[in-house]
Amino acid sequence: MSGAEPTYAEAGWDERVALAPPALGYWAGAFRKLLRKPSALLSFAFLVLIVFSCMAAPYYARDVSRTDPFATNVGGTTMVHGKSVDVLQQATNGLGLGLTPIGPLWRFGPYALGADDQGRDVAARLLYGGRNSLLIGAASTAICLVLATITGLIAGFFGGIVDRVISVFLDILWAFPIYLLAISLSIVLINQSIGIGPLQLTGNSLLLPILIIGVVYVPYVARPIRGQVLSLRNSEFVLAARGLGVPGLRILWRDILPNVFSTVIVFAPLMMALNILTEAALSFLSVGVQPPAASWGTIIHDGEALLYTQPTVAIAPGMAIVLTVLALNILGDGLRDALDPRAKLRVG
Amino acid sequence: MRLFRKLLKAPALAAALVLGSLPAIAAPSGPHYGGTLRLVAAAAEGTMDPQVNYTLKYWQLFPILYDGLVTFQKAGGTDAFKIVPDLAVSIPTPTDGGKTYRFTLRKGIRFSNGQTLTADDVRATFVRMFKVLNPNAGTWYNVIEGGDACVKTPASCTLPGVVADDAAGTVTFHLVHPDSEFLDQLAVPFGSIVPASTPAKDMGTTPIPGSGAYMIKSYDPNKGMVLVRNPYFKQWSAAAQPWGYVDEIDYNFGLTPDAQVTAVENGQDDWSFDNIPLDRLNEIATRYPQQLHLNPLLAYFYLTLNVNLPPFNSLAARQAVAYALNRGDLVKLYGGPALATPSCQVLPPGMPGYVAYCPYTQNPGPRWTAPDMAKAKELMAKSGTAGQSVTVITQTIDPYRAMGVYVQSLLNQLGYKASVKAISPDIEFTYLQNTKNKVQIGITDWYQDYPAPSDFLNVLYSCANFHPGSDTSINMPGFCDPSIDKMMQQAMTLSLTDEAGANKIWAQVDQKITDASPTVTMLNPKHADFVSKRLGNFVFSGQTYFQPELAWVK
Repeated sequence: MSGAEPTYAEAGWDERVALAPPALGYWAGAFRKLLRKPSALLSFAFLVLIVFSCMAAPYYARDVSRTDPFATNVGGTTMVHGKSVDVLQQATNGLGLGLTPIGPLWRFGPYALGADDQGRDVAARLLYGGRNSLLIGAASTAICLVLATITGLIAGFFGGIVDRVISVFLDILWAFPIYLLAISLSIVLINQSIGIGPLQLTGNSLLLPILIIGVVYVPYVARPIRGQVLSLRNSEFVLAARGLGVPGLRILWRDILPNVFSTVIVFAPLMMALNILTEAALSFLSVGVQPPAASWGTIIHDGEALLYTQPTVAIAPGMAIVLTVLALNILGDGLRDALDPRAKLRVG
Repeated sequence: MRLFRKLLKAPALAAALVLGSLPAIAAPSGPHYGGTLRLVAAAAEGTMDPQVNYTLKYWQLFPILYDGLVTFQKAGGTDAFKIVPDLAVSIPTPTDGGKTYRFTLRKGIRFSNGQTLTADDVRATFVRMFKVLNPNAGTWYNVIEGGDACVKTPASCTLPGVVADDAAGTVTFHLVHPDSEFLDQLAVPFGSIVPASTPAKDMGTTPIPGSGAYMIKSYDPNKGMVLVRNPYFKQWSAAAQPWGYVDEIDYNFGLTPDAQVTAVENGQDDWSFDNIPLDRLNEIATRYPQQLHLNPLLAYFYLTLNVNLPPFNSLAARQAVAYALNRGDLVKLYGGPALATPSCQVLPPGMPGYVAYCPYTQNPGPRWTAPDMAKAKELMAKSGTAGQSVTVITQTIDPYRAMGVYVQSLLNQLGYKASVKAISPDIEFTYLQNTKNKVQIGITDWYQDYPAPSDFLNVLYSCANFHPGSDTSINMPGFCDPSIDKMMQQAMTLSLTDEAGANKIWAQVDQKITDASPTVTMLNPKHADFVSKRLGNFVFSGQTYFQPELAWVK
């Protein structure tokens, strides 16, 4: 036996405890796991880039594209290779039919991604559209998660008639095809302004798609949370707390909520991806964001009529949606692995 | 068993010939006759009842399926506006101060079920028109004596103003007052004569027998429609109801406008109903110029401004919009100068009473040249309406949507806080009409029912056609000027005796309404038809557009 310090393998139990690195907290551990996932980190970095780019939309419109992305510019011109060129070009061949917006100029300047059918700069609208798409995606996700968490906690914890009533309500909501429900709500609400106390929601308010998308996905999140709460309700620490006479609401707040919180966090990016897609679908169908405001969905709709002559108008926001949703899904997977590796949550 | 069938067939054949249930008339033959014409559209347009359906899609078909006492001539261009006798031997001269029309029916005309068409069928058709709640029963056909009572209580309608004499083969119409457009109203598809035995309800997808050159063999709104030759049809007037060239017309539903263009391009279909998508116009015009047909329409696209709601209850505010509107830009959004012409007035070129007039341009005169933004801003200041919120109502489809966005942007330039509400094309037209929706400004269009100035001016701007709270208030801006109403009544009365004099009054009415700006005209559209390579003899009627019976595919 040497006189040197024993290794971890050679050490006894007490020595091992002393030699072991300090235990990480749940969140710190999860964070460390997340840091070991380059794909998730890369996705996060990409999302940050997207968010900052979209935040810079007013500066891009003012200093780079030098056009108002919300004003029509049908008779406008732009400089290309020192020459003034119509933004919307009338056909000169054949019978002179049709109008083609100027194509992508691939430069850090006006009409980098070309113009749409109103002569507006597609790149500037893409950035402004991203603001709305991300805002609607994030806000509707927040609404959905808050409502779903409250509903799932109440249903799972109180059980009995409360659970049955909430579950039936969620089942009814869930029984409707999501897009059909969202489209129906949108059509009704867009055509009729709603007044809730001092809050007036007009047809072109961004709050409408936010609320609609936020509400229709509540069962999607509430049901797994309810299931988790049902399981936690009978766990030893909850039974112990009950035995000690801790009030139910306190158990809910202090013991159960923290245990389902990781699930909620895992859901966040995945739901945001889903909500961005839903917003795009509604706006594409003209029942989401209303013109002249833009979202990626409305820009795709604008581009639909230009698919043959100016496909960039539809492709650019399509790519933005694909990349953002992909990044959110990869980040969501990373978060799930980090926070709740046993979970089988899948969205989409 | 086989023999038994043959034995059964022989007497059945003889009985059928006696009863007239088998065709006795041979289909025409000769060059270009025969084959199947394939039409395509995105969707069906509902009922095939000619006394109920009020859509262009089926108004193109009804004239080859049914006949009226009179009809619009089957011809190209403005010749199609001429009214010719159809089931009637001739067009009668009205008597009793213009209040009585006595028609004598041609003999031997049969419906596609073999039944002979009689005077009583004509009378029953007009009674049925009220019972099935024809869209224009209360505005056009209530001029017939007893019409107003039929509008009030359709179920008990007897319509004493239509008298049939089967023995003499005559039908007499008694009107409550002279009506210069009565013949026009008889000539449109609502006046199609159907068998008296036809149930007095909307027949929906069940075809009603007609006397036209073709009959409906099958109709499924989800798939399509097949028209075949009417076995009992024999041409009595090429101008009214000619033999069609093709033996069969297949109308398929379900392709998007884009796919329709591709189908015609590939020769899978011969003609598409829906407008050619804007991004394919240049391709079609460049690659297939011989297969593209452009024709002017008696129609206009306009902004309707609610004269009873702020901010457009101010004349200055309405005129500001009229001056600011860059109609050249709107023409571009419509597809370019080859497809539309800027306009400032209600009546379209080619309409009787049309005199070119445009006060809302940089150099006021007969034609629009450029917007006058300085004048518009001056009027805006005068109106004191800047800063108000305005919502532009438009449709979700192009070019309406693009035009809506354009107008919203223009209103912002004028100082309003403008937004756009794009709603489904299925409901926009009625949405704009109902005052309960509090529409301030909307984008819509109007296509002629028949070529008469009153079909634009009287229908869209008379006090009588403003019905607050109703979905059928076709006077969308709620415009009512008793002095203009009086002029229109005067013109309608005068047109019975002096059409030229009446047209002068219509021209004045057009100018007065343009000056008052309850609506702001944007453009007069043209129609683009793209046909297959094999389709020949394309004839475009100003009344019913493409005439399928005159086209050949051989």
